[in-house]
Amino acid sequence: MAGHTKYTPTTAFGKWMHERLPIYAMVQEAALDFPAPKNLNYWWTFGGILSMMLVIQIITGIVLVMHYTPHTSMAFDSVEHIMRDVNYGWLLRYMHANGASMFFIAVYIHMFRGMYYGSYKAPREVLWMIGVVIYLIMMATAFMGYVLPWGQMSFWGAKVITNLFSAIPLFGDAITTWLWGGYSVDNPTLNRFFSLHYLLPFVLAAVVGLHVWALHVPGNNNPTGVEIKSGQDSIPFHPYYSMKDLFAIAVFLMFFAAWLFFGPNYLGHAINYEPANPLVTPAHIVPEWYYLPFYAILRAIPSKLGGVIAMFGSILILFALPWLDTSKVRSGNYRPIFKGFFWIFAIVCVALGYLGSKPADGIYVLWARILTAYYFAHFIIILPLLGLIETPKPLPASISDDVLAKSKAKLAPAE
Amino acid sequence: MKKLASLALAGLLIASGAAMAAEGQKTAKDVSFSFEGPFGTFDRQQLQRGYKVYKEVCANCHSMRLVKFRNLAEGGIFNEEQVKALAATYTVKDGPDASGEMFDRPGLPSDAFPSPFANDEAAKAANGGAVPPDLSLLTKSRPGWYGTFNQLWNGIGGPQYIYSVLTGYEETPAELAAEQPEGKYYNPYFGAGHWIGMPPPLSEGQVTFDDGAPNTVDAMSHDVAAFLAFTAEPKMEERKELGFMVLIYLAVFTALLYLVKKKLWADVH
Repeated sequence: MAGHTKYTPTTAFGKWMHERLPIYAMVQEAALDFPAPKNLNYWWTFGGILSMMLVIQIITGIVLVMHYTPHTSMAFDSVEHIMRDVNYGWLLRYMHANGASMFFIAVYIHMFRGMYYGSYKAPREVLWMIGVVIYLIMMATAFMGYVLPWGQMSFWGAKVITNLFSAIPLFGDAITTWLWGGYSVDNPTLNRFFSLHYLLPFVLAAVVGLHVWALHVPGNNNPTGVEIKSGQDSIPFHPYYSMKDLFAIAVFLMFFAAWLFFGPNYLGHAINYEPANPLVTPAHIVPEWYYLPFYAILRAIPSKLGGVIAMFGSILILFALPWLDTSKVRSGNYRPIFKGFFWIFAIVCVALGYLGSKPADGIYVLWARILTAYYFAHFIIILPLLGLIETPKPLPASISDDVLAKSKAKLAPAE
Repeated sequence: MKKLASLALAGLLIASGAAMAAEGQKTAKDVSFSFEGPFGTFDRQQLQRGYKVYKEVCANCHSMRLVKFRNLAEGGIFNEEQVKALAATYTVKDGPDASGEMFDRPGLPSDAFPSPFANDEAAKAANGGAVPPDLSLLTKSRPGWYGTFNQLWNGIGGPQYIYSVLTGYEETPAELAAEQPEGKYYNPYFGAGHWIGMPPPLSEGQVTFDDGAPNTVDAMSHDVAAFLAFTAEPKMEERKELGFMVLIYLAVFTALLYLVKKKLWADVH
C-alpha cells in the first residue's frame, strides 16, 4: 500500500507550474494519495454519489433556466414548453425533478451512516456541523425549486411554508410580507425564489468544499471507529476508493434511471400539473416526501409557534449531536444497546414521514405526538444516558487487526 | 394580514384533515390501456378515434391549449399532410397586421388548438359559472385512485379516471336527491365530490369512426381517455425507449466497473 507521497514535478513545465501554482500537488495530496481507511464499506460511497447528484442538478438546472420563464402568467406554460417542445426537455426536467429526490435519498443514507458509525464525534464535529448546514441549504433550495413550475401544489406549498414565519412573535407578519415581497404569494415571490434557487446550489457547492476540507483534516471515520494508526491501516484514495465510488455511482444511476424513465411523476404530486390558482385550495396540501417527517412534527404540536419551533428544532438539534452523544466509542458495531436504539430511531423517522403524509386528525395526530416526543428524547435523553450506562464491546487494536480477523473468519471452514 | 395568515393555516389544517380523495369519490374503474407498463405504447388507431371524440364532443366546451396540431404528426397519429389539412379546418386569430387589425386565418400545424371560449369569463358564463378544465394535462393531474403502493405499481390512474367519469353518470340515489344542486349531475367517480357540472357528454353512437370501431359510450370513453393520455405525455414512448437503452448501457457498464473494482481490490487485506 502506498503511503503518503510528496509530489515532485518531473517535467520542465510541471516544475515551472509548481513554483507558481502548485495545483497538481494539491490534487495529488488531497484526492489521489489521500490515505483512507482500508475497511470503508459501501455506506461510505454516498459522499461520492452526493457530489455527482449536485453536479447533475446544477447542469440540468442551468439548461432548464435557458427555457424557463419566472413569471406567474408564464411559468407553468414554460415548463410544459420544456416538456413538449425543447429537444430532450422532458429528460432534463424529469432528471432535475427526480434528481432532487435521489439527492435526498442519498443524503439521508449519508446522514444515518454518520449517526450509526459515530462519524460526528471528535475530531469530526465541525465536519458534521458543516454537513447539517449543507442539509439545511438543500432543503431551502428544494423547497424553492418546487415552487417554480407554479402548479397548484407549488403555490399552496409556498403559501403554507412561508406562512410559518408569521408565527414569530411581534415581527411575524412583517417577515412574511418581506418574504413574499407583497401581501400574498405572487409574482415577486416567484421571482425571488427563482433567483435564490439559482444562487443556493453554488453556495452549496462552496460549503461542500468546506465539508471536504474538514474531512481531509482528520480523515475518514470507518466502520470500526478506530483511527488509522499505521500505514497498514490505510490505502490511497485513488485508485481504490475512486474505483469503488465509481461502481457505487453506476449502481445508484441505475436506480435513478428506473425512476426517471419509468415512474417520473410518482414522487411528485398529480395536482401540480394543474396551474396555480389562488382561489382554489387543493383538498390535501402535502410537501414533497423528503420533508414529511418534519411536516408531521410541525403538525403534532397544537400551537402554531410551538410547531414551528419543534420543526426547526428537530433539525437544529443535529448541530448539538456531537456533544449529546456521551459515548467515547464511535462505531455502533461496538455499542450493543445503542445499535437497537439507532434502528428504533430510524424507524421512528420513517414512521413520522408516513404520518406527515396522512391527515392531521385522530389517531394520526396522537402517533405524531408520541413519535415527535421520542424523536427529541433520542437526542436529549437516550444518547446522553447511553454513553454513561452502556458497556461497549472491546474495540479491535487497529483497522488492520479487524480486517484480518474478518478475512480469517471468512476463510475458516464452515462448521 | 394576520387574518390572511391564520386563514391560510386554518385552510392547511382543514385541508389536510380531509381525506385524500374527496368525500364519496369512487375508485376509478381499472380498465386497461395499451400504453401501460414499461413496454406499453400508444395504439395509433385508438388515438385517431379518441381525437375524433375530442374534436366532435369535448372541444365544444374544453380547451386543450398546450397541444399543437403538429403534435398529432409527431406522435404518429396522422401524417404531416393530414395534419396540415386538419389544422387548416380551424380558424385562428392572428395579428395585429400592418394596419393594426386582428384577423382570422386558417390554422397551421405550428398553432395550438384554439380554445372554444375567448377567455375564462366567457367560458364561465356559458358553463354554469365554472371553467371546463383544460384537457392538455388532465390525465396527469387527476388521480383515479390513491395509496402509496397502489400508485407505485398501477400509476395514478389518470386515463382510468377520465374513462370512469365519462361512463360513470348514474341516477341520483334517493337519499341524495334532496341535496342535488341545480344544474348538477350525479357522478360518483368525479374527483371534486360527486356533483358534476358537465352533463353526460357522450351518447350511444354519437361519433362515427372511420375504422368502423364500436362507438358505444364505453368504447368512445376509452378512446378519448387514451387520446388525453397522449396529449398529457406526448413523449412517453420516447421516454421508455430511451430508458431501456440507458438501463442496458448502465447494466453493462456497472458490471464492468464491478469487475475492475474486484480485481483492483484483490490485493487489499
